Amino acid sequence: MYKLNKFLLLLFVLTTSSYTQAQEETMANTMRSNGKIYVVVAVLTTILIGLIAYLVRLDKKISKLEKE
Amino acid sequence: MRLNWWKLLTIALLFYAVIGGFLLPVPELSQLGETIRNLYFHVCMWFAMMILFTISIIHSIKYLNNKSAVHDIKAKEYAAVGSYLGILGYLTGAIWASYTWADPNNPAYASLGSIMREPKLIGAALALLVYGAYFILRSSITDMDQRARVSAVYNVFAYAMLFPTIWIIPRLLPSLHPGQEGNPALNFNDIDARMRMVFYPAVIGWTLLGAWIAGLNVRLEIIKEKKISNV
Repeated sequence: MYKLNKFLLLLFVLTTSSYTQAQEETMANTMRSNGKIYVVVAVLTTILIGLIAYLVRLDKKISKLEKE
Repeated sequence: MRLNWWKLLTIALLFYAVIGGFLLPVPELSQLGETIRNLYFHVCMWFAMMILFTISIIHSIKYLNNKSAVHDIKAKEYAAVGSYLGILGYLTGAIWASYTWADPNNPAYASLGSIMREPKLIGAALALLVYGAYFILRSSITDMDQRARVSAVYNVFAYAMLFPTIWIIPRLLPSLHPGQEGNPALNFNDIDARMRMVFYPAVIGWTLLGAWIAGLNVRLEIIKEKKISNV
């Protein structure tokens, strides 16, 4: 659980910092190049991270049940 | 808890499929455009389904040989995840087709309804319904040994039905769906070399993800069985 909190904090810091950056310079950073395809990649990567984290947690829970 | 090596491989391959699948170069085709990247997702669903159904029938045959309940559980869970991926493959295919096959200038293919009469789509739907019947059959028998035995035999039949419905009949009829001649996506001549670099790892990644989910369900079912037998 502690690990997950740390991860969420990291995610929060990353997203807020990119938000302030976007306000300073509205053009020509990586996320805005190539028809903004990197934004799609970021969205899908986030979903994939979320799904895999869920699966890993489920795996852990079942392992715990098996030990009982 | 440390993850098995193949679970780490699953994660790595899926990230590669998503990131490489969007950023690596693909051939430019007029009708498909960027949708060609769906190969890494839509087609992988069907490949993973076929592999999971194969694992399922192997466990059904093993069950018929040694009557061990674990094989029955495994056969059921692999078939369940396989069917689920098949449904996802069908839905993604419907989305893909409605933006590439549908042609407002050609009355024969103007609407989604006219496209969905494709022999390949009907065959795939039939195959999924045959597997749907497998789960209905399972839930209709209360005696555990009888359920396991009857559904194992039915699973062999369901697997056999995959061959006419998704492999043979669609190839005998004209279709908009690619892969009319030979083995679609497996043929080295009909898939671009750059796409193969992402496609094959993606197939392995999605299949392993399916096997991971099925494995979790199997372990959960075994825990449940133990609880019931202890009480």
